[in-house]
Amino acid sequence: MSTATAAAAPGAAAPPRRPGLLRTAWRYHRTKIGVVLTAAVLLVAAVGPFVSPYSPTEMAGTPNATGIDGALFGTDNVGRDVLSRFLHGGYTLVAIAVLSALAGVAAGAVIGIVAGYLRNWADELLMRTNDMLLAFPQLVLALLLLSILGPQVWLIVVIIAVSHANRVARVVREATLKVVEQDFVKSAEAIGLPRWRIMASEILPNITSPLLVELGLRITYSVGTIATLSFLGMGLQPPTADWGLMINEGRVAITVQPWAVVLPVTAVAVLTIGANLITDGLSRASIGIDRGVEK
Amino acid sequence: MTRLILYRLGYGVLTLFVVSLVVFGATQALPSDPAQAILGREAADPARLEALRQQLNLDQPLALQYWNWLAGAVVLDFGTSLAGGMPVAELLGPRIQASLTLMLITAVIAAPIAMAIGAFAALRRDRRFDHTSSMVTLVLAAVPEFAVGIVLILLLATGALQVLPAVYAGSSEDVLSSPDQLVLPVLTLAIAVSPPIIRMMRASMIEVLESEYVQQARLKGLPERTVIWRHAAPNAIGPVAQVIALQLGWLAGGVVAIEFLFNFPGIGKTLMEAIEARNLPVIQAVTLLIAVVYVVVNLLADIVGLAANPKVRVSSR
Repeated sequence: MSTATAAAAPGAAAPPRRPGLLRTAWRYHRTKIGVVLTAAVLLVAAVGPFVSPYSPTEMAGTPNATGIDGALFGTDNVGRDVLSRFLHGGYTLVAIAVLSALAGVAAGAVIGIVAGYLRNWADELLMRTNDMLLAFPQLVLALLLLSILGPQVWLIVVIIAVSHANRVARVVREATLKVVEQDFVKSAEAIGLPRWRIMASEILPNITSPLLVELGLRITYSVGTIATLSFLGMGLQPPTADWGLMINEGRVAITVQPWAVVLPVTAVAVLTIGANLITDGLSRASIGIDRGVEK
Repeated sequence: MTRLILYRLGYGVLTLFVVSLVVFGATQALPSDPAQAILGREAADPARLEALRQQLNLDQPLALQYWNWLAGAVVLDFGTSLAGGMPVAELLGPRIQASLTLMLITAVIAAPIAMAIGAFAALRRDRRFDHTSSMVTLVLAAVPEFAVGIVLILLLATGALQVLPAVYAGSSEDVLSSPDQLVLPVLTLAIAVSPPIIRMMRASMIEVLESEYVQQARLKGLPERTVIWRHAAPNAIGPVAQVIALQLGWLAGGVVAIEFLFNFPGIGKTLMEAIEARNLPVIQAVTLLIAVVYVVVNLLADIVGLAANPKVRVSSR
């Protein structure tokens, strides 16, 4: 990486944005609330397995019992400790969601930058293929593939990453088109920098704001989609402890043992709300106006 | 404008073709043997395996299989269900109707209310109502719709307030006969589709309210009510119509998790049952159907967007 050009060129064209974006976003109350909510859920997901009283698959009492000794939130439909399963059920969801969002945003960024910079037949091809992919509702495409190939974690990551990638690519392409017009890109072209270097060190650093917003948005959607897939029985398989799956298993006995559903639903809801609040803060900061901005 | 619309239409047809390729490719053309996948552990019986392969036409070349399947699909012949041997179209008919009923009720209730909330937020810009609705839509937009449904069940169908049934009980033929069973699914879907409509209506209304012709109308001394209803609102609706159309397209796929949750006998629940039973023809038919609705609605939204854009309407006709 030529740090000299990377640092000098964007610095000359516009004030450095990246630290500014995060700091600006932090000024909004919603960002702070979002960070607190997200951190709380992430803490449960990360620390939970180490502090849970039982193993997630161990029997702790009779099925669907509440108010028994040693199990704060009672037992689930098979008799396992609800609290322990809740504490174990987060990290898989978070890990898969973050992984697929990262992969999707990375792929989308590459596609979008290449399409937006080269603007030739590759652009046309990439964007038209994208449009075709967009023709499928994300969840239905995932269900279609998972139903035949069987629910496997890597497949979930790939499907969600791909369906993110083409949505991200659209946004990144738009952002790239604006950057490409600017003088520092023209000057880099004039001194004969190779195209991949221009894309990596001139364009990429200048579209980090929309990329960060996209990442937040994609993580929010990933959590929702993966939790939904698990809830539909098409995600992680029993006897794994997983929030979506817990909701699926607990919903039949929701009147006798609400905790088996309340805990994971709360966690999923709080996590998605937190992530979306952060995303909204970032997006307001990146557009640079305080009011009237809609996502 | 006609040319643009024709272009979009042609493109829509191409998209539908690709969609059919994806559905077929994902189900029948995989390197693994679909018959084996369907039978699972029972695949040990070679006679059953052979019978199923015959029924699915797996012994034909792939291109011919696809052609036969597509030719059938165009005239709504999706073969016979592997469970019960009923023609898929006949099986799906009442379920499609049930799902459409659910979606239609949701649309009729959600769209006007969402538009009213958005417009009111714009009129009360930066006041308490605006901030509250902005926060609430942000929160509701994030939560996956099945979680919204569960929270509603917890609040309204269990515990202290048992005012509504938690799950649907009944057949798909007479979904309207017991309206109380529809309340929770409709409410969940309405909450899921509304946030973008509210946000778009607010943004669009704010833009219109700040425009010069609204200012002019006010300066002429027209009563505020006339300004809003005659001048502002009709012009704010254009971009919102597009968002509403997109949200309706989303509903086609969004009903899957909600029908599963509420045990509502529509296409979503049918899809999940078909997946459970590895009922290939039904999976193909339902996913294709949902994708077609999605594509067609998106196309309509595109055309609505073009028609609502005066620049396009006037310039290139």
